Amino acid sequence: MINITEVSETNDMIEKENLDVRTITMGISLLDCIDSDLDKLCEKIHDKIYNSAKDLVATGEQISKEYGIPIVNKRISVTPIAIVGGAACKAQEDFVKIAKTLDKVAHEVGVNFIGGYSALVSKGMTKADELLIRSIPQALSQTELICSSVNVGSTKTGINMDAVRLMGDMILETAKASEHIEVNGCAKLVVFCNAPDDNPFMAGAFHGVTEADRIINVGVSGPGVVKTALSKVRGENFEVLCETIKKTAFKVTRVGQLVAKEASERLGVPFGIVDLSLAPTPAIGDSVADILCEIGLEHAGAPGTTAALALLNDQVKKGGVMASSYVGGLSGAFIPVSEDQGMIDAVEAGALTLEKLEAMTCVCSVGLDMIAIPGDTKATTIAGIIADEMAIGMINQKTTAVRLIPCIGKKVGDSVEFGGLLGHAPIMPVNSFDCSAFVNRGGRIPAPVHSFKN
Amino acid sequence: MKRAIITVVGKDTVGIIARVCTYLASEKVNILDISQTIVSGYFNMMMIVDVTGRDADFGRLEEELAKVGEEMGVVIKMQREDIFDSMHRI
Repeated sequence: MINITEVSETNDMIEKENLDVRTITMGISLLDCIDSDLDKLCEKIHDKIYNSAKDLVATGEQISKEYGIPIVNKRISVTPIAIVGGAACKAQEDFVKIAKTLDKVAHEVGVNFIGGYSALVSKGMTKADELLIRSIPQALSQTELICSSVNVGSTKTGINMDAVRLMGDMILETAKASEHIEVNGCAKLVVFCNAPDDNPFMAGAFHGVTEADRIINVGVSGPGVVKTALSKVRGENFEVLCETIKKTAFKVTRVGQLVAKEASERLGVPFGIVDLSLAPTPAIGDSVADILCEIGLEHAGAPGTTAALALLNDQVKKGGVMASSYVGGLSGAFIPVSEDQGMIDAVEAGALTLEKLEAMTCVCSVGLDMIAIPGDTKATTIAGIIADEMAIGMINQKTTAVRLIPCIGKKVGDSVEFGGLLGHAPIMPVNSFDCSAFVNRGGRIPAPVHSFKN
Repeated sequence: MKRAIITVVGKDTVGIIARVCTYLASEKVNILDISQTIVSGYFNMMMIVDVTGRDADFGRLEEELAKVGEEMGVVIKMQREDIFDSMHRI
């Protein structure tokens, strides 16, 4: 039987160390909504999402109450809209109309975000894909809860450089289009290589075409729990360090698995995966950078950071895979800058640069995430940064992503406030040497030699 | 059997266990086990109770217990046992 020490340990994790279930995300396939009539399509999308997810928020809150664990977000991911809207949308405005439908139904069911305003163009773009991508600035500046993602490369297909170049423009245009609204649209826009089909985290969540009709995916988090556990083994060797991270990750993931199973049963929707990511928030003590400091670095970004992050990421996965029957594709540590107070401090102290972050993305679960850059950065430069990050993902057979936020009218040294979970960020300097002749070549980068496994 | 764990944490005072037990008795909730420690003047109690067939009013019990705690200046939580089992038992 459970004893009082174990009960206190769990409750301390929740109350003092910010252990939470970051999100319950319901994936909903919209393939059966496809219609060549735009109005009918929007009506079908609305009804399917509403009927599937109307109990999601209430169920999440009920589970949270009964187990005494916060479930921070309830979200929806849908089939990439470029596929769903392909038959009906003849212009960018048509896609924006779908975006508004999604936004409306997301408000009605009370979720925090809805992801899947997406296109999968790792090898080429259909007309619909291109229309959707070009509609992103408008869609993100005219809606509140929509998240958008574009997959522009994979280890199997190579990198679609036309799409990379286009995304450089779209990120800049999204920043300009949302200049006068509260949230910068770029905080809800991510470019992927090797995007997973079952990601519960925003902004990159979409419901892949390989998935079932509906599915429950859960993301757990708890950087504070790992940090506290590590503070008890200061000065010990790497074996002890790794063992501690692994055991902690196991415990955290078990909670996610329990919540996922409960949510799945109560909603009558099959369980997909648990994603055991250490996802930071701006709250004090909820930081991945603080874990790196606890491992032994003065600041994130100091020499040794990549090695420390590599072992952290690996041990989190090793602990997690035993704790859950189905583990998601993004599991590991997230390193968003604006959402992590420790990362912000490191940037402000001059310890952490864009180039070091790029190196860190080689060994952690995602990529260049929530990085504020000067508003006068050229679209070609943004495309160049995306290309670099996509190449890391393609060659290393891992997911990589780019979520850059050009801040119009701001320069290096300024700071920008995104609000809520998105945090605030210092504007980081970007290498100003030109790469336009490279990204303007057009076409695609072929798949790497190790993709030929047949 | 479905079980829940009730924890009471706070400054020690007269009658904490009595109040909690009286409430549980009035709600016909059976207590299976009680353990308690006092660490530097702080009261720390754990109860295991039977909540079989109480799915519908679990939320109400949880809220009312929290209120009983507030009145005595202690924090009372009721959580389903599974969360602790999941985390600490393979």
